[in-house]
Amino acid sequence: MREFWIIFKQAFMSKAKSKTFLITTAVAVAGIFLLANITTIIEAFDDGEKEGTAIPVVADNEAIVDRLGRQLAAMGEETEFEVTGDSRAALEDQLKEGEIESFLILQAPDGNAIQAEYVSESTELFGFPMMLQEALQSIQTEMRADEMELAPEQAAALFEPVVFEQTAVSSSGKTEEEMNQARILVYVLMFLIYFAVIMYSNMIATEVATEKSSRVMEILISSVSPVKHMFAKVLGIGTLGLGQMLLFGISGYLAVKSSSAVSDLSEGFFSEMGLGNIPASTIIYAILFFVLGYFLYAVLAALLGSLVSRTEDVASLITPLTLIIVVAFIIAATGLSNPDAAFVTYSSYVPFFAPLVMFLRVGLLDLPWWEPAFAIGLMVLTIGVLGWFGARVYKGGVLMYGPSRSLKDLKKAMQLGKE
Amino acid sequence: MALDLNHVTKKFGEFTAVDDLSLAIGEGTMYGFLGANGAGKTTTFRMILGLLNPTEGRITWKGKPIDYGTSHKIGYLPEERGLYPKMKVEEQLIFLGKLRGMHRLDAKAAIREWLDRFEVPQYLNKKVEELSKGNQQKIQVIAALMHKPELVILDEPFSGLDPVNVEMLKSAVKDVRDQGATIVFSSHRMDHVEELCEQLSIVHRGQQIVEGSLRDVKRSFGRQNVRIRSDYDLTALQTVPGVRSASYALNGAVFQVTEDDTAHRLLQEALKAGPVSHFSIEEPSLQDIFIAKVGNEHA
Repeated sequence: MREFWIIFKQAFMSKAKSKTFLITTAVAVAGIFLLANITTIIEAFDDGEKEGTAIPVVADNEAIVDRLGRQLAAMGEETEFEVTGDSRAALEDQLKEGEIESFLILQAPDGNAIQAEYVSESTELFGFPMMLQEALQSIQTEMRADEMELAPEQAAALFEPVVFEQTAVSSSGKTEEEMNQARILVYVLMFLIYFAVIMYSNMIATEVATEKSSRVMEILISSVSPVKHMFAKVLGIGTLGLGQMLLFGISGYLAVKSSSAVSDLSEGFFSEMGLGNIPASTIIYAILFFVLGYFLYAVLAALLGSLVSRTEDVASLITPLTLIIVVAFIIAATGLSNPDAAFVTYSSYVPFFAPLVMFLRVGLLDLPWWEPAFAIGLMVLTIGVLGWFGARVYKGGVLMYGPSRSLKDLKKAMQLGKE
Repeated sequence: MALDLNHVTKKFGEFTAVDDLSLAIGEGTMYGFLGANGAGKTTTFRMILGLLNPTEGRITWKGKPIDYGTSHKIGYLPEERGLYPKMKVEEQLIFLGKLRGMHRLDAKAAIREWLDRFEVPQYLNKKVEELSKGNQQKIQVIAALMHKPELVILDEPFSGLDPVNVEMLKSAVKDVRDQGATIVFSSHRMDHVEELCEQLSIVHRGQQIVEGSLRDVKRSFGRQNVRIRSDYDLTALQTVPGVRSASYALNGAVFQVTEDDTAHRLLQEALKAGPVSHFSIEEPSLQDIFIAKVGNEHA
């Protein structure tokens, strides 16, 4: 057992101390904080731009311009307008030279519909022009109502808003709003699992191949059994991976907390994203599926790494493994909008897909407890079988040198492992 | 005997890598294990280390089979460098030392002592890949010897080293032997084996063809070298009955003979040709024996 911990510690520390790892982790943590504060940052830039830039308006009726300003303010968009005497051509020139960003031409002949033209540097489909149109529309409606001299209650009846509510009926029993929140959270975590599994299983395979190609393996396995060595390695790097993920998680949490202390806006932003109140079960499942998924793929990666004699060959041998994870991710990503689909349900029990697909289902749907439990059981079983099989291949594989770049070597390695 | 290989055979499928090999190596001796490339040396070492199991036969160290329980008593230097290229020398040796059952502080002290001995204390905090091949080999030797093993297996320890380093490593290996360790080593360099080993074995295609003490091996070879130096033409001498082979140099010749009489005949014949400046009967070198035993089969 002593040797196990020595290898474990070495696998963990040599990576944890490496510059690449430290830099990647630091950059990722910085990225998380940046992302969490992105609204504050955008706001800071936006404010500087907006202030003092009133939109020039060519108008024949200044009263309407005032009303437009008030209407927009009521809609939550504070905008200043400035009536100008410049001609359209002059304003276009100013626009081209960048002195102004946009201008508005407003004509409201009595009894006729309001005619407006909004000229800006680029055509925006949504956002401000749409609000402008909406505001003008309601001004016109009000004006027409005035002309018809309606009684106040009639006017009120006319403007009474529709009661509109969206409800989704799905087997998940979650409302559309809850689904959207869950979707984003699940997507983020799913991506994290996907990314981590690929990254760490690659790390394992490369590590094993490096030890083999540098022949240090011969010394290692002369003092510790290959099986012990393999599991110590897998566990050491796995612990590192889990630590890194937890670090990301904690910094993400802290980032959200600190940014929402700075501005209420980002709190709104994050609660909208569903990160404000993360369900504990989703996090627990995420960790569970990360750990299991990692072990499943890491054992395979170690086995594959033991087959090659040169680190350059790792990439070609590990490709099939990577492809399986990619397929799992594609299924899960497709299932994000339709977690009830049959192919999602079935593939969620396949051990190689379960870390992503079952996690998706468990995160989005209200599953009976036995469904994830069943998938987890299958995964544990597969890990056991792979561990047993991998250990046998590994034992022979690490002694095998030569041009080994195909899966045919599996049999050869098994044979050698038995010798 | 300390290390016993009892009729050990190793087959990989149809291929027999080691065929009925028996070795008995006494404690505190230095044992030379010779063979051409592919003779089965590395396979034998791997079996001794317990990395491979013999198909037949038994290997024991002091009466017990070797397994991971005894591995910290064994030091191993693989044929090719086996170190982490990116790891620093000290860190690496501490790691390997701990794997062999050493404590961190003991390992540290041993590393410093060894580096001083090999005159490379400045490499303590260097990465292995920055070191020259010879210096990497020194680190490798330290890894094999630092934990004071009882059994040391050295696979080609002196290959690729300059003469100064070879002497340095040789004296280290001798010291370890003098402290009581049993050492098995393989080499292509017969002169090293001749200088260091009391006992030796030559394997060829998995089969043992020579075994015993250096003196016995030489004696039982049954040939001697007759060296004659003369300024006159000695080519006619190879027709003297009893001469097995002859090789000529600028100022003389060496003849392989089996009988002392032949040697005397050669001297007489040489004197007929002209004055002789040197005449000696020498025992055969290991190189001669190796080439005669292994080279003949190649031919």
